[in-house]
Amino acid sequence: MSLAKISSVTGRGVFVPGNDIDTDRIIPARFMKCVTFDGLGEFLFYDVRKNADGSDRPHPLNEPRFKGATVLLSGANFGCGSSREHAPQAIQKFGFRAVVAEGFAEIFYGNCATLGLPCAVASREDIAKIAAAVEKDPQTEITVDVAKQEVRFAGQTVKAAVRESARDALVNGRWDPIGELLEGLPTVKTTAARLPYLAA
Amino acid sequence: MTAPKSLFQKVWDAHAVRTLANGQTQLLVGTHLIHEVTSPQAFGMMRDLGLKVLMPHRTFATVDHIVPTDQFAEPYRDPLAQAMMDELRKSCREFGITFFDRASGRQGIVHIVGPEQGITQPGTTIACGDSHTSTHGAFGAIAFGIGTTQIRDVLATQTMALGRLKVRRINVTGALRPGVYAKDVILHIIRTLGVNGGTGFAYEYGGEVFDRMTMEERMTVCNMSIEGGARAGYVNPDETTFAYLKGRPYSPNGAAWDAAVAGWRAVASDPGCPYDDVVNLAAADIAPTVTWGINPGQGVSITETVPDPAKTSVPDEKSSIEEALAYMKLKPGAPIKGTKIDVAFLGSCTNGRLSDFQEVARFLKGRHVAPGVKAIAVPGSQIVAAQAAKLGLDQVFRDAGFEWREAGCSMCLAMNPDKLIGDQLCASSSNRNFKGRQGSPTGRTLLMSPVMVAAAAVTGAVADAREVFAVN
Ligand code: SF4
Repeated sequence: MSLAKISSVTGRGVFVPGNDIDTDRIIPARFMKCVTFDGLGEFLFYDVRKNADGSDRPHPLNEPRFKGATVLLSGANFGCGSSREHAPQAIQKFGFRAVVAEGFAEIFYGNCATLGLPCAVASREDIAKIAAAVEKDPQTEITVDVAKQEVRFAGQTVKAAVRESARDALVNGRWDPIGELLEGLPTVKTTAARLPYLAA
Repeated sequence: MTAPKSLFQKVWDAHAVRTLANGQTQLLVGTHLIHEVTSPQAFGMMRDLGLKVLMPHRTFATVDHIVPTDQFAEPYRDPLAQAMMDELRKSCREFGITFFDRASGRQGIVHIVGPEQGITQPGTTIACGDSHTSTHGAFGAIAFGIGTTQIRDVLATQTMALGRLKVRRINVTGALRPGVYAKDVILHIIRTLGVNGGTGFAYEYGGEVFDRMTMEERMTVCNMSIEGGARAGYVNPDETTFAYLKGRPYSPNGAAWDAAVAGWRAVASDPGCPYDDVVNLAAADIAPTVTWGINPGQGVSITETVPDPAKTSVPDEKSSIEEALAYMKLKPGAPIKGTKIDVAFLGSCTNGRLSDFQEVARFLKGRHVAPGVKAIAVPGSQIVAAQAAKLGLDQVFRDAGFEWREAGCSMCLAMNPDKLIGDQLCASSSNRNFKGRQGSPTGRTLLMSPVMVAAAAVTGAVADAREVFAVN
């Protein structure tokens, strides 16, 4: 299996402010009644984006000027709550190719990495700077440089940390671990044989 | 003499297959549990890649999130729920996986079924596409919630790629006061250490309080480890663990039992082993706890008031309190006691076990749910339901004005017909109070112990169960 090497992502951005944005907010549980992930994008942030009658509420993702953004900006502890991969899937299916936030919940971070969706951690001040640039000109080109761990925009450069394991996997095109895990099968069998509860 | 090791380290080392190129470990997952919500897409990926399940006998399936608790016969009223049910059945048949379907009499919430069947065992690694997989740590297993792509990895290779966690030992010493339950212990821990406090850690719970706990109580605590940010949480196995496991369908028996117990004893953390962090808490400081906000760390003891954002100068704290109070429609600085409720929910993988219903039933006899309150009791599994019926508990609940339902996740989350309506306020024994969690985008959840839910149900408002039921 050959995977894309994701050493950087370039595109326009959109800022969804807030801390502790949990996976229920990212994709409300009722939209998890699906047997494939296709089509999840349209339900991203549904309850904060839509009224009960399906009409739009004020939300950055509803604003035409941010349409087509591929870099999602947010606050601290993004993606907390449930382990549902529906959340990163919805973000990716909506069209995002990278997320920059003050911090990420553990499982969410790992899920994103496995989908080839880089998550970078920047300081609040720096995210505010990027958000301000996007607010001023939604066409601002943002580059999330996974390899260099920085975000470049409007002539500025800020630090954006990507965890070493995720960085290595993205940059070297091994973010989907299945190929490497399959290669390890002979050792899997010997490890299992040493464990009484699996030996049987 | 080898250096003393924690249970986590022993289990990790025993299951580490090799180090991957990115530095993560290829970790053997001995036991894999699946349910209908997060696995169909993984089976889809398996088919797309033409992969086979490596050890079909090490994966066990049940159905819990989408099952209607007021309808047993199929087809379900919700065609999407039926489609998920059909999909899981089909995949289990195709890949040769044991499925505790509803007709088996062993169906239930995945985190209740595993222990109940004796599938959850000490010294093992367990993965499930559900964040509350930490529950299984109560047995001294290392149990992780995983994403759907990782479910595919486990199905195909019985392993997953994972970075090693640090271990924080949490000691709770002394004795719990009357009317204080396991649920209060974990709500107190999360309130103290924060909802992100456990990021990067596995929690090892210990001390007198845990030594004395039953397995079901330990499960309640471990269940909510993830709400404190910890990917896994566990209690070292002891006689209580072994007694629980003895004679269960998947427990070892005969000579294998003795060998297994010896192995389980040896896997417990060695005295003096190193931890990355140690936290000491006193049981006497823990009171019946209720959440007032929109994350499980936003809790107060029943005798306290909800916070007043005006009293904090930390900007983040201030804004998160304001946001939570606005959503919850609570007044700053008001006592939590006396807050009117609309719904009382007893159930979930946190508190949907036999002992939860037994304890509540003790106090519910001769009482009735307050007028205007909708109260539902939902056993976490068909076995819990059957045991409760045998003890006549179902009747106690019905007589008290509760609806007694079929096993499932029910009102813990919004994937089946049990949902809050509008901005209803629910006293809930579940584990998450996020915005919209219980099915209505404006619905409000107060987390508390089952006995506190019962006290709220019979009085119609958040109440101190110790007063309502004269516990002292
Ligand atoms: S009871 Fe609630 S938390 Fe537990 S598995 Fe079901 S939905 Fe998840």
